[in-house]
Amino acid sequence: MITVPVESRKSAHIRLTLNAEPVEVSFAPYKTLLEVLREDLGHTGTKHGCELGECGACAVLVDDKPVLSCLLLALECDGRNVLTVEGLASNGTLHPLQEAFANLGAAQCGYCTPAILVTAKALLDENPAPTRDQIRQALSGNLCRCTGYLQIFEAVEEAVVKIAEQRKTSTHG
Amino acid sequence: MADSEKSPAPSTKNRSKSKDGELRVIGVPRRRVDARAKVTGQTRFADDIAFPRMAYCKLLRSPHAHARIRKIGTTRARSHPGVYLVLTGKDVPIEYGILPVSQDEQALCVDHVRHVGDPVAAVIAREELTAFEALDLIDVEYEVLAPICDPEEALANPEPRIHSYGEEGNIHKRVALAFGDVEQGFAEADEVFEDVFFYQGNTHLPIEQHAAVAVKDPDGKLTIWSSTQTPHYLHRALAKVLEMPPAHIRVIATPNGGGFGGKSDPFQHEIVIAKAALLLDRPVKICLTREEVFYCHRGRHPVLMKFKTGVKKDGTIIGMHLQTLIDGGAYGSYGVASTFYTGALQTTTYHVPRYRFEGCRTFTNKPPCGPKRGHGTVQPRFGQEVQLDKIAEKLAIDPAELRLRIVESSDTVTANFLRLGTVNLAECIRRVVKRSGWNEKFRKLPEGRGVGLACSAYLTGAGLPIYWNKMPHSGVQLKLDRGGGVTVFCGSSEIGQGSDDVLASIVAEVLGLDTFDIRIYTGDTDLGPVDLGSYSSRVTLMAGNAAIQAAERAKDLLVTAVAERLTVPKERLRFADGHVFDSAAPEKGVTFAEAVSLAEARFGTIGTVGSYTPPESPAHYKGGGVGPSPTYSYSAAVVEVGVNPLTGWTTIPTIWIAHDIGRALNPELARGQVVGSVYMGLGEALMEEQQFRRLPKKLSSAFVHKFPSMLEYKSPTTLDMPDVVVDLIEEPDPRGPFGAKEVGQGPLLPIMPAVANAVYDAVGVRIDEVPITPEKIIKGLAEKKAGRLPRFGPSHFPQIDWPEALRVPPPWEGGDGNAVNHPPRDGKPASQKEKVLTP
Amino acid sequence: MMRLPLFDFRTPRTIKEAAMILDGEGANAMPLAGGTDLLANMKRRQQMPRTLMSLRHINDLTDIRLDSSTSRLGACVTLASLAADSRLRNGFAALSQAAAQVATPPIRNMATLGGNLCLDTRCNYYDQNYEWRKAINFCLKKDGDTCWVAPGSSKCMAVSSTDTAPALLALGARVRLVSRSGEREVSVADLYNNDGMNYIKRRPDEILTEVIVDSLRGWKSAYWKLRRRGSFDFPVLSVAAAVRITSQGHVDDARIIVGSTASQPLVATEAGNFLKGRTLDRETVAEAAALAARIAKPLDNTDFDMSWRKKVTAEFVTYALRELRGDDMRAERESITRYAFPGDLIDIQ
Repeated sequence: MITVPVESRKSAHIRLTLNAEPVEVSFAPYKTLLEVLREDLGHTGTKHGCELGECGACAVLVDDKPVLSCLLLALECDGRNVLTVEGLASNGTLHPLQEAFANLGAAQCGYCTPAILVTAKALLDENPAPTRDQIRQALSGNLCRCTGYLQIFEAVEEAVVKIAEQRKTSTHG
Repeated sequence: MADSEKSPAPSTKNRSKSKDGELRVIGVPRRRVDARAKVTGQTRFADDIAFPRMAYCKLLRSPHAHARIRKIGTTRARSHPGVYLVLTGKDVPIEYGILPVSQDEQALCVDHVRHVGDPVAAVIAREELTAFEALDLIDVEYEVLAPICDPEEALANPEPRIHSYGEEGNIHKRVALAFGDVEQGFAEADEVFEDVFFYQGNTHLPIEQHAAVAVKDPDGKLTIWSSTQTPHYLHRALAKVLEMPPAHIRVIATPNGGGFGGKSDPFQHEIVIAKAALLLDRPVKICLTREEVFYCHRGRHPVLMKFKTGVKKDGTIIGMHLQTLIDGGAYGSYGVASTFYTGALQTTTYHVPRYRFEGCRTFTNKPPCGPKRGHGTVQPRFGQEVQLDKIAEKLAIDPAELRLRIVESSDTVTANFLRLGTVNLAECIRRVVKRSGWNEKFRKLPEGRGVGLACSAYLTGAGLPIYWNKMPHSGVQLKLDRGGGVTVFCGSSEIGQGSDDVLASIVAEVLGLDTFDIRIYTGDTDLGPVDLGSYSSRVTLMAGNAAIQAAERAKDLLVTAVAERLTVPKERLRFADGHVFDSAAPEKGVTFAEAVSLAEARFGTIGTVGSYTPPESPAHYKGGGVGPSPTYSYSAAVVEVGVNPLTGWTTIPTIWIAHDIGRALNPELARGQVVGSVYMGLGEALMEEQQFRRLPKKLSSAFVHKFPSMLEYKSPTTLDMPDVVVDLIEEPDPRGPFGAKEVGQGPLLPIMPAVANAVYDAVGVRIDEVPITPEKIIKGLAEKKAGRLPRFGPSHFPQIDWPEALRVPPPWEGGDGNAVNHPPRDGKPASQKEKVLTP
Repeated sequence: MMRLPLFDFRTPRTIKEAAMILDGEGANAMPLAGGTDLLANMKRRQQMPRTLMSLRHINDLTDIRLDSSTSRLGACVTLASLAADSRLRNGFAALSQAAAQVATPPIRNMATLGGNLCLDTRCNYYDQNYEWRKAINFCLKKDGDTCWVAPGSSKCMAVSSTDTAPALLALGARVRLVSRSGEREVSVADLYNNDGMNYIKRRPDEILTEVIVDSLRGWKSAYWKLRRRGSFDFPVLSVAAAVRITSQGHVDDARIIVGSTASQPLVATEAGNFLKGRTLDRETVAEAAALAARIAKPLDNTDFDMSWRKKVTAEFVTYALRELRGDDMRAERESITRYAFPGDLIDIQ
């Protein structure tokens, strides 16, 4: 079962924008974005539960869209814009989603949380006032075994309110 | 709450409000202490840990369900470029297991593999891919044996034996207990009901796969980080197998990315990487694939059960006889305890004056079963609550009313000598009946829609440890710093349930601090005193009580020192908002840091300890070690379903649940535990199952897990989750810290029977097994249409050669908790007689 | 963590360049689009191409060009963009509905139309890790010589699990296949074989570049999918239906497709013909549903009991036809999909 093309043993090199910072990384070319983030870039915030696209724990945003980093070759990420959970807070201030998740019990073991947070961010960036059903739909690719999801939905809804308040303040202030 | 994670600045105005007994942290919905780490991705799970020079380990697992190992050749694998080490069973041959009575596992099988996935060799290499590829270069010669696929096969086929110990053949454990004369009860009954139920096995499926990293410390000692719920038990197993003094081993339980009972055993991979790290003198990591997690399993036992229950016309139960046949899988694991648990808690919800229980656990060639959320009590709870629904219908009593008539009372000692704490089940029932509109819905909804009700009870911590000792079950050390810092050290392990927050909130409450003022070090056998682990819903009560004791002791020291300084009587001092002050003159006080400094000047370094040992149980008979608990939680649930009568397709819009929690230490987290339990229960009720597949015997001996993947093991998604209306019933139980009882497991139990009862209300079909799938409903409807019994479920309970029952007269028959007979133990030497202890 | 095997990686910029690569490498190379099927299969060592050829850098594969006579959908359009494209409604509803129900939202952001059409057939003896397949001594489809679904069979029984193919079949679509030696158009109805191994007529040297749909004027279509959960799961039964109804309310033309019950989507020709000239009244719908259900022969290699899958086929055909005649099927949709199915995805033409 082992096929070892000679070329594929050489290490690969890409540049990308990771959490708003330009980075360069060398890695074994068979690696997915998940492996490169965790093993070559030290960003272990992104998790994995199956590595086959069956759980959603490895979701990150690539060019603003949630994708599964376990099924995306790092080779395909050259020049792209990647956001992981490590990039959600800015200047030491948590993103409203992070605040709400922390305050409302939306993270129990916290293992599926990073992927759910970035997926929810993509939803709110596109639709600032989603319904409960739209939230359920947007997060339907992220399994969580702890929470039963309800406090996750509530936290997203809380963040919607907080973001709207922030926008109001910033436009009025 | 602001990101600085600090409550608003305290003021003396607030202080004056601090009255005796008023709680300022406990009972307030709060951000948990570890929340910020979790939402920023900074929580370090086991697989997030990496070291320079770290090697990766992969395990070669048996492709056969049952075989003898003839020969293992590792030469080719060893010489594969990038491979550092290949280990086989000879390198780690010492047997271990979670229970002292079943030390039947080996880190790598030496000569016998017992299920597909049993590990036989390990490769440690520079890269994980290399290790994986090299597995194919290990040559194993097997002598394939016939697999034992289910308990009935195990009963019928004593050979080939899966283990050389146990009762006989492939029977691992057989137990029989009689509390009063059930036959007499049945004779006096107005109605006797006999039902057979089947509860399919299922698994925990934590999103985090088991992972561990082992390091040989510079001084030659061993440190291992692992996603384990039970660092103390892993510590013991490592010391045994590696033949090292426990003092030279440090186990650090990393926060678990979900556990649910699946990370409570010491596992092969943990031992293997520890051995490899010691041999190689380099860090070694392993992270299991999802398939391997299915092979570790230790999940819900499939249980076939027969309930015979005698009742009076008014619903009073006068006798119950329960028999269980349990599919244990390939190893003992917690199985002896699981066996007793299938019969232990039947008496805790409703008054059962005479009770007989017989349980039989068999070995089969499947991954071992063990403790999953609700350990062993979930399956018989399903049967009991569905049978009660049938009883209510036959007696023409509303199922809620029937239960209210027979609920057990607080402070009772049951027929099997379990001493109950507070019992607020009646209030739970009343609450869900009211909230769900039960009286307007039950038997009144249109065809295809229905409601069902069920109840349950669960332990708040097992009364005995798994190995016999008289030491505390939980210990807490507190260190108080003159800067005002308080550090909590405890061996407890954070698996997502919020145990770190429990410790912080209790210490904060006692010492008048904010939870974010406190540092918590848990799950580290070097740093904290022993806590037995996150299982049996024990941590809140046990570590919590230990934390109260340690904090109260620290408080005493501070009170003495501050009272002297302020010349105020000790009993007038209060702790709140980071201050210690005179309750009669709140402006008169010192900061907490000043109080610690005063105490340190007066007494020297301030450190205190607390510990907790559960009260002795009145159950003195053999087997009575399983079931006792300091107190029990209670739950009642109503489930509403919609069933399409043409397809059997089932939808669940809403679930109402009330849980008797004593007190919710952090209501936000408590509600999360209830909803999470409901979620997991719903998965078990509707879709989750650990299924196996026997290939055609003529062509193959293969017997495999049907689909060890997250795609085909059906865990409900966001779209499958109904609304859940949660009521926490709070009447503090004096046995729990600030009155708290468990909440992590109990609320799972009523869901499956409530779904079954609701399906009956909707379409008039009894589904006497889980999962309750559309296929089964359609088959039941076909039976109904054909005029036969509208039911889908098991048809019979096999003949089992039960041992003579241990007879223990219940309290009301003058029993003292001891057996009155001494049945023989089939020629087993006295030395092998186990003391049955629990998880 | 599961790791991919080693491979060589090629990134052609044009279709022509891609065709050259495939011509040189033959079956050793596989085009990589969204990767959600292929990379998972590679991790399980079900597919082991020596070369992966990325289609990401070929620009014109992501175009959607709609025209009143002929519409063209690029093979690398993601399923998410397909589902979100408000131009693809009415006649195209079955395709939008199918795309919207594939797997999960992050997978739909990656997976492409072409990839879904070429989706490897699935079987729960085959979609397993290398170690698991070793335990059954492999199967006919990969590394073994027995089909464990039907041990007497010389043919592999893996199941066609694409959502978009039945939908496109109902829409009468065709695909363009390009190779170094030329290009050809194949109707989706002719694209597949009822053989789990040799399930697609795309040659290894060909690239599926676009889907072509002729005018759907007057057509309405719908797609209904059966799976256990509201997301993640592949279809274990699907029904795509398209009808053209005259102003008098008679069915002028109809296509009913039953998916995920064989190694290819099945055309329920008899059922479609039966509808012609009739109105979609209760009896007609019931008869057509019974006729369509007759062709479904599910086997025991997916989720759910095979006899139950067979049993509910008629119900699913009924749902689709009732929706097409204008019944309000939102409650049934919500019950099956487990969320309020977006109204704008339902054909209202």
